[in-house]
Amino acid sequence: MGKESFLNVNVKVWRQRGPKEKGEFKTYRVEHVSTEMSFFEMMDTLNEQLINKHEEPIVFDHDCREGICGTCSLYINGRPHGIDDAITTCQLHMRKFKNEETITVEPWRSAGFPVIRDLMVDRSAFDKIQQAGGYTSINCGAAQDANAILISKVDADEAMDSASCIGCGACVAACKNGSAMLFVSAKVSQFALLPQGKVEAARRAKAMVARMDELGFGNCTNTRACEMECPKSVKISNIARLNREFIKAKLAD
Amino acid sequence: MAIEHIMDPALSRIPEGKLADKWTNYKAHQKLVNPANKRKLDIIVVGSGLAGGAAAATLGEMGFKVKCFCIQDSPRRAHSIAAQGGINAAKNYQNDGDSVYRLFYDTIKGGDYRAREANVYRLAEVSNNIIDQCVAQGVPFAREYGGTLANRSFGGAQVSRTFYAKGQTGQQLLLGAYSSLNRQIEKGNVTMYARREMLDVVLIKDKEGVERARGIICRNLVTGELERYSAHAVIVATGGYGNAYFLSTNAMSCNGGAAIQIYHKGAMFANPCYAQIHPTCIPVHGDIQSKLTLMSESLRNDGRIWVPKKLEDAKRLQRGEIRGHQIPEEDRDYYLERRYPAFGNLVPRDVASRAAKERCDKGYGVNGTGLAVFLDFSDAIKRLGKDVVADKYGNLFQMYQKITDDNPYETPMMIYPAIHYTMGGIWVDYELMTSVKGLFCAGEANFSDHGANRLGASALMQGLADGYFVLPYTLQNYLADQIQVPRFSTDLPEFKEAEDAIKAKIQKIMAVQGSRTVDSIHKELGHIMWEHVGMGRTKAGLEEGLKKLGEIRKTFWKEVYVPGEANTLNTELDKAIRLLDFIEIGELMARDALHREESCGGHFREEHQTEEGEAKRDDKNFMYVGCWKYMGEGKEPELYKEMLDYQEIKVQTRNYKS
Ligand SMILES: Cc1cc2nc3c(=O)[nH]c(=O)nc-3n(C[C@H](O)[C@H](O)[C@H](O)COP(=O)(O)OP(=O)(O)OC[C@H]3O[C@@H](n4cnc5c(N)ncnc54)[C@H](O)[C@@H]3O)c2cc1C
Ligand code: SF4
Ligand code: FES
Repeated sequence: MGKESFLNVNVKVWRQRGPKEKGEFKTYRVEHVSTEMSFFEMMDTLNEQLINKHEEPIVFDHDCREGICGTCSLYINGRPHGIDDAITTCQLHMRKFKNEETITVEPWRSAGFPVIRDLMVDRSAFDKIQQAGGYTSINCGAAQDANAILISKVDADEAMDSASCIGCGACVAACKNGSAMLFVSAKVSQFALLPQGKVEAARRAKAMVARMDELGFGNCTNTRACEMECPKSVKISNIARLNREFIKAKLAD
Repeated sequence: MAIEHIMDPALSRIPEGKLADKWTNYKAHQKLVNPANKRKLDIIVVGSGLAGGAAAATLGEMGFKVKCFCIQDSPRRAHSIAAQGGINAAKNYQNDGDSVYRLFYDTIKGGDYRAREANVYRLAEVSNNIIDQCVAQGVPFAREYGGTLANRSFGGAQVSRTFYAKGQTGQQLLLGAYSSLNRQIEKGNVTMYARREMLDVVLIKDKEGVERARGIICRNLVTGELERYSAHAVIVATGGYGNAYFLSTNAMSCNGGAAIQIYHKGAMFANPCYAQIHPTCIPVHGDIQSKLTLMSESLRNDGRIWVPKKLEDAKRLQRGEIRGHQIPEEDRDYYLERRYPAFGNLVPRDVASRAAKERCDKGYGVNGTGLAVFLDFSDAIKRLGKDVVADKYGNLFQMYQKITDDNPYETPMMIYPAIHYTMGGIWVDYELMTSVKGLFCAGEANFSDHGANRLGASALMQGLADGYFVLPYTLQNYLADQIQVPRFSTDLPEFKEAEDAIKAKIQKIMAVQGSRTVDSIHKELGHIMWEHVGMGRTKAGLEEGLKKLGEIRKTFWKEVYVPGEANTLNTELDKAIRLLDFIEIGELMARDALHREESCGGHFREEHQTEEGEAKRDDKNFMYVGCWKYMGEGKEPELYKEMLDYQEIKVQTRNYKS
């Protein structure tokens, strides 16, 4: 383990009562923060301080606290999931910060993700996009033997890389257009790479993109900010694959 | 002492016939519901993890009208997402001698002969269908170069039967179930209610006066409002209660609330004391720690566990003067390989955890707190090369490095046991129905299948078996008698009564206005649980634990402080409600552990061990499922024993040595 030391930090947090109310930044001081703590453990400490002063704690989304559920969603010092690469907010540790640093914490800001309270946003639009076509149309009980379909290791691994998207929304938060293309393309790619998913690939691409547009997400202009901020390193080449499937679908119309 | 009864064996509703034929016979003779009637029947599924998500999707596909609930903002985030290592199935793709019978046998033996034969056999039987189903959904399991599915080994088995998707198997399986669920949501067969927490089940008497589960009351976690939902049947698939210990590998929102609510309404709670302590977790670093991170059991395929042979080396490690890789080979004690030559590093979890504790208790711990052992990959890297190791475990290594700032490719990982899984849970019969009619329980929330200890990669299997392949049949069998029953109005007095009771409880919590935060009391509960109901339990310790648990309940009602208001978003109130239920679970666990005067699986009573420190079972007196029945507030629950009758398997002492 790294050598433990202690920091004092000022946390400048976005506070907002509800979706329609105006928000503002408030700054709080947290002292004697161990560098071994996770960022959320620092936030827990801050919330304990607030509650002990009979103030309401800062609301933020979190659950697994190990980088897999995609619940956590903080914009820290100007970057989704903070200042380290390829991690989620919950994997960020205090050893990445300096003593007396002021840390700015905001929610995802995007038309597609309205604020619920403080740092908690509504990402149900992501579920709706998946509902438009993020599946293979097969009923339980109708499957053949799993090894009857041979899939090359290369394709399986590539599909796995696309499938590792955790649906956190950092790509949208990072994008100046508020586009959800990286998220959509990850699912479309996973299936397009596998024989089970190929059958419906074009139709799926079209349906998911249409739903994304309907829900108010912006267009992709290839700025690549999404790829840089994605905690699971989902690659922008997925978007190229999505575009190919999308064109196929359009041609078939 | 609790009042004890022997349970009527008929209550378990195990079908007639030979073990291998039971499930086939059941399906051949069960009652069915025709498509037109299915549309008229509502089913509530609480939970969207592997068990709940798979059940909701499949019941939707069949044409039932399903309402599915989860605490998270999306069903895709249920805690199943965090499972890393893999899922078992008896495919025998490796041609290494696996079979349905062997998987069944390993599971019963791994569970230390405390699980019900018929259920476990069915689990092994449907395991193969699960893999087929998941592949059809597009789950990207790991593959060999030839294009076939790859397997790895897990603890407690001598065959390679675990399917995996990198170190993210639970994620991929859950996303598979989520995709099927989405398809049904789009079709209108399933309605999803996210950010909802069930706070009670509603029972309504039928014409014959039999109480049946007909609905639930939820708290909308965004608005704080209480909401009523009705249905013809209710499935509870709300996961495990490991967070009673505060620190565990479970996600922050994992809870035992729904289990306690239905226990209060008549569902029995079985084997609460069987909790699994996972041997390979990242050690605790300090008081403010909020959760523990698991390092997958799959790491024990290639990692070797050791501590120094010499006490003075351990002392130097503890003072931070040297690091693990500086200790020469001949001074390392690979204690699992030494004690259990046949299974080595792949002994079951309970055995591995106790062995780690034994070494650390003797002073051989390898970090500052003295509560850690090494998990070392240097041999594997030498044998296979860094690339192969990275391909297999890369994301786990990255996770470890992010948390500890240590590079496991260069210096051995440090690990220690932590609470991980709860084998105990709501008692269910063969059809997964609880002791309340029309109330079913699936996944980690029920007690079935794993006995006193769960083998690695078997929880995912059980969750999906329950959801995809068991409930869709057994629910039909139940609902076939209900086709004449019209939909229920939520204006019925039973709904109002349940809602009023919750309202009163919430008001009472808000009114305490004490001086302690919910988390501070929960942490205190966690310490009591770990100390008194943890890895090594004793009569005196448990009795004291029970006393302390009574005190912590008083502390809660005197000192808890919940800020804000009840009828709005209030995360502290969410936690306070769960904490009360954890206290009750803690008491149940301690009570059960105290009554079970033997050591078996995850339950180790220090009074009952062999001279070599191995667990000593008492089959003569304890070969039963211990089911607790709620008798009212402040009253002692009563014990019902479901006697276990092994017909197929010869009960033996577990032996992983030779
Ligand atoms: C870190 C980790 C790694 C693991 N790795 C493996 C592995 O490799 N192999 C393996 O076989 N097993 C593994 N397990 C165990 C396995 O993941 C779980 O036992 C299993 O996924 C539980 O599934 P479930 O559907 O029963 O519950 P969960 O997935 O926990 O789902 C519970 C659901 O219920 C909802 N819920 C809970 N309470 C309420 C309420 N009151 N109201 C409304 N909704 C509620 C939740 O929101 C959630 O949707 C692992 C566990 C952990 C913690
Ligand atoms: S693509 Fe990456 S950033 Fe976008 S939702 Fe998925 S994991 Fe998050
Ligand atoms: S809390 Fe689950 S990914 Fe961060």
